[in-house]
Amino acid sequence: MLSFILRRLGLSIILLFLISFISFFIITLTPGSPYPWGEMNPKISPEVKAAFRKKFHLDFPLHQQYEMMLHDLFTGELRSMKDDLPVMKKIISRLPATLALNVMAILFSLSFGTLLGLYGSLYRGNWKDMSLSCLSFLFIALPGFWISYLLVLALVKHIGIPILGTQSYGVDFPTDLARWLDRLWHLMLPAIILSLAGIATQSRYLRSSMIETLRENYILTARAKGLSPTVVLYQHALRNSLRPLITGIGMLLPSLISGSVIIETIFAYPGMGQLGYQAVLERDYPILITLNMIVATMVLLGNLFSDLLYALVDPRVRLE
Amino acid sequence: MKQIVFESPSQQLWKRFCKNKVGLWALGLILFLTLIAAATLLLSWLGLPWPMNPNATDLSQKLLLPNRLHWLGTDHLGRDVFSRMLHGAPISLTVGFTTVIVSLSIGVLIGSVAGYCGGKIDQLLMRLVDAFLCFPTFFLILTAVALLGPSLMNIIVVIGLVSWTGTARLVRGEFLTLRETQYINAAQILGQKSSTIILRHILPNAAGVILITAVLGIPEAILAEAGLSFLGFGVQPPQATWGNIIADGKTYLLEAWWLILFPGFAIFITALAFYLVGDSLREAGEKK
Repeated sequence: MLSFILRRLGLSIILLFLISFISFFIITLTPGSPYPWGEMNPKISPEVKAAFRKKFHLDFPLHQQYEMMLHDLFTGELRSMKDDLPVMKKIISRLPATLALNVMAILFSLSFGTLLGLYGSLYRGNWKDMSLSCLSFLFIALPGFWISYLLVLALVKHIGIPILGTQSYGVDFPTDLARWLDRLWHLMLPAIILSLAGIATQSRYLRSSMIETLRENYILTARAKGLSPTVVLYQHALRNSLRPLITGIGMLLPSLISGSVIIETIFAYPGMGQLGYQAVLERDYPILITLNMIVATMVLLGNLFSDLLYALVDPRVRLE
Repeated sequence: MKQIVFESPSQQLWKRFCKNKVGLWALGLILFLTLIAAATLLLSWLGLPWPMNPNATDLSQKLLLPNRLHWLGTDHLGRDVFSRMLHGAPISLTVGFTTVIVSLSIGVLIGSVAGYCGGKIDQLLMRLVDAFLCFPTFFLILTAVALLGPSLMNIIVVIGLVSWTGTARLVRGEFLTLRETQYINAAQILGQKSSTIILRHILPNAAGVILITAVLGIPEAILAEAGLSFLGFGVQPPQATWGNIIADGKTYLLEAWWLILFPGFAIFITALAFYLVGDSLREAGEKK
């Protein structure tokens, strides 16, 4: 067990190096300059340009720049090229909003995905199952930005759900509860839209694994023993079918972060996706690299965690 | 005496595919869209843009509701939305089909080498796949396209370079099982070259899996392109794409819903059709 974790951590570190390498070279080898004032701006004196290049090590050959970038990344000295703030500070300021959004989206994906998948497997081949699987493809095929605007048109215009940002400004809330409800409403729409694709994939995973489990002999045994259908279904079948969901959690993360780039831009939600999009617009290399590294680290840890959980849930799995 | 009919695997696949009505309808829709896109391209190449020039502006006709002349309304510059959507169709389909060619060639190459060779090479290539799986795909695509400069070529290459991992994994899995079959053993004993074995004997048997991942890869590319276009990093204006009609229309969200509704629906229905065909193919391939 311990050796498994250590080996996986070692592998993760190698992977992280590979990832930092890929993202550094994708970013630096592309044409264009990172200067916040534009390369050809005549009002900027050569001294300022030289100072900027020196500060961000742009005078060195690429492989040395890469080493310095790694050094700065791990010592937390990496600074944004745009406003010279430490990158970690900028990212940490986005952390609460990002966490709230992603945790909410994961919760939605898992809970509704499980429900829909379970329902589909019960009515397998039936029109209910067919329409559910059509629904899951509908969810996958929906462009996030389109459904956001449609929902904004339908809900915000006519019902008046608060959106944009994390809370309403300039409003005096009578109680703390009202303030938290306001925040929750702001969170709701982006989280639902972000979770649509996750709901669809999770429900399909669960459906197929449920169908497979229901064919097993021990289910037949349980039924033959005269256990009630509910007990067979929930205590025997569902429990054993939940395993694919565990693997799913680790894989949800990258697609969530990807989706949040667009959704956070639309809803002016101050999370990491929006930070990333701004960094792309401003060619803020240090932020781009750090974001990629943070997401990659989270994914690797998530995968490790889900593998451990998998072994915990299923005693047949041996960690080697 | 019962007559024995021999069918090739692809004939069997097609036969089973035809049993699923949803998949057939979706395939029909895709063919229809492809036809429309081709016709639009041909007509505008002949200098007869139908039904109107997608880039002709007329400020006196701006933000008109769908009407008899402008079937899907006009945008903020008075351009006909229906024409713009027709001219956006070739872009989406081109991105969908060509991106898959790029990602398939990389995925099949890496997957087959890893699956056939096994051992150290397999380990190394699979770690590369793992690394790519850690990236937030769309963010990586956005970064690369934004830095390289948005053009049709760049979009296709970047999406293709990023989305080969699924194919590589599946092809590797197929190769791992097929490698152990007796006919491959026989071919090895006969002293055939590895490249011949891979290309002549294993690859045709993995064709089903490859076809399915290809079809399922198309809508992902189309959605990614639409997202890029929406953020302003797609094919550049004045060329209309489904994504950039929405991007232009979002400013007028509350007064001009048709600028959002129709192009988005086109993206959605196209992606859905490809997903349904892919799923139907997958199911047809499973029933053995």
